[in-house]
Amino acid sequence: MTIYLLLPELWLLGLVCALFVASLKGVKSVSGWLPAAAGIGVLVALMGVSARGEMLYATYRLDALSQFFKLVIALGFAIVTGIAAGKKDDADMTPDYFMLLALSAWGLMLLASCVELVTLYLALELSSYSLYALIPLRGQDRRAAEAGIKYILFGAAVTALALFGLSYIMAAKHTTYISALAASSWSFADAPLAVVGLTLFLAGFFYKLALFPFHFWCPDVYQGAKNETAAYVATIPKLGAVVVLVRLAAFVTPHMEVTDILAILGAVSMTAGNLAALVQRDVKRLLGYSSVAHAGYVMLGLAAGSAAGLSAAAFYSLAYILMNLAAFYVVCTMSVGGENPSLDDLDGLYKRAPALAMILAVAAFALVGLPPTAGFTGKLFLLSAAWDQGYHWLVIVAVLNTAISIYYYLSLVRHAYTGESEAPAIAVPRGALVFGGLLAALVLLLGILPAPLYDLAAMAGTQLHP
Amino acid sequence: MTTHNGFPVVTALIVLPLVAAVVLLVLRRNEHTTRLVTLGAGILECLLALPLLGYAPDGPAFQFVEHAPWLPALGMSYHLGVDGLSLYMILLTALMLPLCVLGSWTYISKRVTEFHFCLLLMTSACIGVFAALDFVLFYVFWEAMLVPMYLLIAVWGGPRRRYASIKFFLYTLAGSTLLLAAIVAFRQVGGTFAIPELMEKTYSFRFQMWAFLAMALAFAIKVPMFPFHTWLPAAHVEAPAAGSVLLAAILLKMGTYGFLRFCLPLTPAASVTAAPVMIAVSIASILYGGCIALGQTDIKKLIAYSSVGHMGFVTLGIFLFSVKGVSGAILQMLNHGITTGGLFMMVGLLYERSHSREIADNQGLGKFMPAYMFLFGVFSFSSLAFPGTNSFVGEVLVLIGAFAGNPWVGFAAVPGAMLAAAYMLRLLQRVTWGEPTSFKKGWYDLGAREWATLVPLALLVFYIGLAPSLAIRTIEPSIERVLSAMNAKNQAMGLTPDMPLAQRMELAAPLTVAQSADLAR
Repeated sequence: MTIYLLLPELWLLGLVCALFVASLKGVKSVSGWLPAAAGIGVLVALMGVSARGEMLYATYRLDALSQFFKLVIALGFAIVTGIAAGKKDDADMTPDYFMLLALSAWGLMLLASCVELVTLYLALELSSYSLYALIPLRGQDRRAAEAGIKYILFGAAVTALALFGLSYIMAAKHTTYISALAASSWSFADAPLAVVGLTLFLAGFFYKLALFPFHFWCPDVYQGAKNETAAYVATIPKLGAVVVLVRLAAFVTPHMEVTDILAILGAVSMTAGNLAALVQRDVKRLLGYSSVAHAGYVMLGLAAGSAAGLSAAAFYSLAYILMNLAAFYVVCTMSVGGENPSLDDLDGLYKRAPALAMILAVAAFALVGLPPTAGFTGKLFLLSAAWDQGYHWLVIVAVLNTAISIYYYLSLVRHAYTGESEAPAIAVPRGALVFGGLLAALVLLLGILPAPLYDLAAMAGTQLHP
Repeated sequence: MTTHNGFPVVTALIVLPLVAAVVLLVLRRNEHTTRLVTLGAGILECLLALPLLGYAPDGPAFQFVEHAPWLPALGMSYHLGVDGLSLYMILLTALMLPLCVLGSWTYISKRVTEFHFCLLLMTSACIGVFAALDFVLFYVFWEAMLVPMYLLIAVWGGPRRRYASIKFFLYTLAGSTLLLAAIVAFRQVGGTFAIPELMEKTYSFRFQMWAFLAMALAFAIKVPMFPFHTWLPAAHVEAPAAGSVLLAAILLKMGTYGFLRFCLPLTPAASVTAAPVMIAVSIASILYGGCIALGQTDIKKLIAYSSVGHMGFVTLGIFLFSVKGVSGAILQMLNHGITTGGLFMMVGLLYERSHSREIADNQGLGKFMPAYMFLFGVFSFSSLAFPGTNSFVGEVLVLIGAFAGNPWVGFAAVPGAMLAAAYMLRLLQRVTWGEPTSFKKGWYDLGAREWATLVPLALLVFYIGLAPSLAIRTIEPSIERVLSAMNAKNQAMGLTPDMPLAQRMELAAPLTVAQSADLAR
């Protein structure tokens, strides 16, 4: 029965429907049951990890890669709903808010399985449209409106670019199936039109990933969006971009024009992101630029183009969403009125909320790539993969960038632990603290015992690059 | 998991402080209980380390080996072991934990649980660094100890603690990021992260040079060698007493340990090529550290700069590549830990009494605190390498090695020993017999707890000073192993002493037996 193979997607679609009904009925809050339901979704995705199959005229494939990413998307969605559910007094946390989030996550799940360019494009749009609605949700705030407009305008422009690229690929290769495309030559000399098309098409996903120079929306949108929305936008849609890039990178062998472009974009992206982050005072903007840098790190794996590289990119994106969500958890939990915290607001956090300070420290050190966190193991896999393929210069650039990034990540910890503040203690409900603690523990656990999840990621990588 | 005699002693040494740290967080009782629990953990840690004394110098290279798979897909494993290079470092780390707790008993009064939590994490990570036989595992411990040390300086430090802690963190982490690149490169070339396996392979000269440069930067910053030393005085001066003790006794040793564990065995040809530069920089460190120490008015700063000089002797000994030189270096690593650790502990006690670290504010104490001054004298004499004390043996071995290798090197290093006598005697003279600037009520002599903190270190000063052969006998076989492997590899490669650099760069690694067999087929 193929329907059982689609359980993760169906579960999420079920959630979307349930939330739709709840919003029609005018239910005020769904935070009582939604995190649990999303948590069950993770278990369902875990059960579906071994599902394999092809459907819808071979445009939709269940394989190791798609199932791995579905698991990660389900996990990320569960964490985001968990974070948002902690804000019980927030009037904006209505069922339709969560419905839009779930719809976007559902689109990303479909995206993970699409192996045909047009379907892939449709799934991408499905995941993006709900975000266009979500970002300006802080309606009364001018910055939110600005963020919303920026996200939509940039998004629309880049989507148009991707569609334009898609038309070039179709014209040159007469097919939109990735497997058929993979079988043909992708050197510029053989198929110039197709390579140009692919580059344009990739640009759409670079935009989602906030890779330099498609990153301009990112810090502004993070800053303007509601904290919980920013937590989502900063993490889960990037998974969609990574999964597509991993799929497309699988048919470019190392050291072709495209992989070299990926390597250069990665190097520039990490450097620009880190340098810009150095001067930020708004924590969300800082995390925005940091995500530009992290998009650059992921490129190490994609540029390597080998099985190890693709698995490393997959593993790193999992590590990234965990550590970034841990950081956003602190941002969301500490800002009582939903405002954006600045670095100075972190002062004395160790006294006002010791557990939050600890979680922030774990997240920050993981984002630096310090052992024994998931950030370190993820980075180690990426560096190994890139070095194996001879991208020595890229590895050196990446480690130097790590050195640059220490300063601003450390300043998060510095403000939290050594700053003094007269601000009152932050009351965090015990349930929310346990949730945050679990998140930090996951970040550490994935660093100390990466083997089980790495093996899953490796399966995905090897399947694309046997 | 394979272990030594069924009991994973090294893992136990790493895990016990972690367990104690978790217990502290869970207990969150009053400050006194926190101190008692940590002290208990420290004493237990020392007892747990006792089986390591059963190390057999003539036995296999690595003993107490523990091995378990970690991430087989990438060739990473949980691999620990002890040899003559790491044995005493591990013992010293275990010993320092209870002493640091005792030394901070009254010194630390705010955020006591967190302080002891950091101490315990540090101990665990430091033992891990010295025991790791997997390159990634080593790096994990190497970096993991930065965070508690950063917090020790940043939270419990002096007035400029923010500046000092950031400088410490940025310097050391920036240095070690290149180490990570080297580790990745070694895996690609050597095919594994296992250090013993990597040691058996030879690498082309060009690769060795790049790897050496990347690793040496990380280690030189940690030592610290001139001119990468600027983080050290700031960190030492601002850190609380226990932090300074850990920095001096353990952290600085990690750099020199890195040279011995990685640079010499993995990049032997590059080490030989870089030796003249390393020796020159070591001598510069010795002289620079001594001269700057001479001009200090702050006791802690003086000892911090003296550390730069003392560690210069260690790196000098290492890059002499003679058994005498290297055993002197290892002994000096241990000695510096004991002596400078003791001195920092004593400065901490003084600061508790006078709330000043200036020599001018702490003069003429001989009359009020004879016992204190007696022990201060012991450590000071050890620091200036007085015969009969531990440092004398180490320093003399290094100097003998230096003179045997090249008399000029020996001559260049000797003024360092004289400078040490000058600044330490000047300090001792003023603190003991100087004109008391003010008589303070606080001038009470050592209490029982303080005696208990200092006496073990003072005993070690004399024990190693009078019977050094016991330690040297354990260390030497490991050194001989490293040096003979190093020479054999360089010979097999065809490296000759007078070969110009351009020609060296062309030296490829000799074929391994398996590779030659493949070619013959």
